[in-house]
Amino acid sequence: MSEPKRISPPLSEGDVEGLRAGDRVLITGVLYTARDAAHKRLIDLLDRGEELPFDLKGQIIYYVGPTPPRPGEIIGSAGPTTSGRMDAYTPRLLELGLKATIGKGQRSDEVVEAMKRYKAVYLAAVGGAAALIKKCIKKAEVIAYEDLGPEAIRRLEVEEFPAIVVNDIYGGDLFKSGVEEYRRG
Amino acid sequence: MVKRLCRDAACELGEDVKAALRAALEREESSLGRDVLGQIIRNFEIASAEEAPMCQDTGLAVFFVDVGRDVHMDGSLEDAINEGVRQGYREGYLRKSVCDPFTRENTGDNTPAVIHTRVVEGDSIRIRVAPKGAGSENMSRLAMLKPAEGLKGIKDFVVETVGVAGGNPCPPIIVGVGIGGNFERAAILAKEALLRPVGRPNPDEVLASLEEDLLDEINRLGIGPMGFGGTITALSVHVEAAPCHIASLPVAVNIQCHADRHKEAII
Repeated sequence: MSEPKRISPPLSEGDVEGLRAGDRVLITGVLYTARDAAHKRLIDLLDRGEELPFDLKGQIIYYVGPTPPRPGEIIGSAGPTTSGRMDAYTPRLLELGLKATIGKGQRSDEVVEAMKRYKAVYLAAVGGAAALIKKCIKKAEVIAYEDLGPEAIRRLEVEEFPAIVVNDIYGGDLFKSGVEEYRRG
Repeated sequence: MVKRLCRDAACELGEDVKAALRAALEREESSLGRDVLGQIIRNFEIASAEEAPMCQDTGLAVFFVDVGRDVHMDGSLEDAINEGVRQGYREGYLRKSVCDPFTRENTGDNTPAVIHTRVVEGDSIRIRVAPKGAGSENMSRLAMLKPAEGLKGIKDFVVETVGVAGGNPCPPIIVGVGIGGNFERAAILAKEALLRPVGRPNPDEVLASLEEDLLDEINRLGIGPMGFGGTITALSVHVEAAPCHIASLPVAVNIQCHADRHKEAII
């Protein structure tokens, strides 16, 4: 297995071109969190022609709803949630310059196509590894929708956040190729 | 008691699951799969040492309660359990993940719990809690097969369900299978099957052999840890069965992620 690639958002087209399905990556820098309810609100804003709470260009959205932090903690446990629930919203965000999403589980054909078209990648983190991932998060700040609690949009600063490239811009799909390699009979 | 069970379940994986995950690390053929299993093992070690929830989805609290018929109770058992959940999720800094199905408004305290109660012999109460995340619960399915489909139909449905789920339910998974009964009985059997210690076969030889066959077929799918490809897709398959109607063959498959949290207490 090759060494992990290091990436830092904002991601350029060149950064994304260098990633292939199956690559391990370590992310250092800013991630924005959003899941079901926050995505719905972002799309509603776009429908009304209003500005989003953060600029999507080159950014990474992490699908997570953390546990509440204990007193003195930066954030609670924070592993990835199932990405497929965000599929309906994702192509529109990719069109606006979002370069990567992080979650777990497979994406729809529409999202895979949109990633090829707009040059973006889908990364998976290890589901359930929430206490481990918490340790990579150095700063967390709610920037929108505080009323949504765990679903609020947070700006995270992370160091060496581990993830794996599932879908690249060339049509590579680790869920297909990996499973194909180990299927028996 | 319920408060403590909820908090402990979220942070401390059972020894059975830990052992199964360590054994999986030895057996997994994919290097990426082993990397994932290594992260999963480090994660439960950190969760235990720091009393942190191992997964951010601290689940819907599911209870199986066996009440001895000689137990006298003041007040409502259900209210007491829900109060325990309320306190456990608040004081344990666990995520509140219960909402109205239409407005999606969070109830704010992770209640109501799902409670299955049975009256049994004796003068004690056995409480088992299994906080269940949605990632794996969402990939569970139930089929009302035709009796003619028989054993093959059952196997095909179980393996197909795991195949469709792919990486979504956070494999390596534990697969609970309920066969027979009726629509709801099959589902409850499948859920209760998950409470059995991982890797302990059903005492019935026929069902134990079915469990073995299913585990083998599932691990041939190649899904692997987190769906990245590999030889360990499931750690264990647990089958429970009950008699059913002459015209029915219900099969329920309840999928459990690797964060297989369950705790038990007797009072």
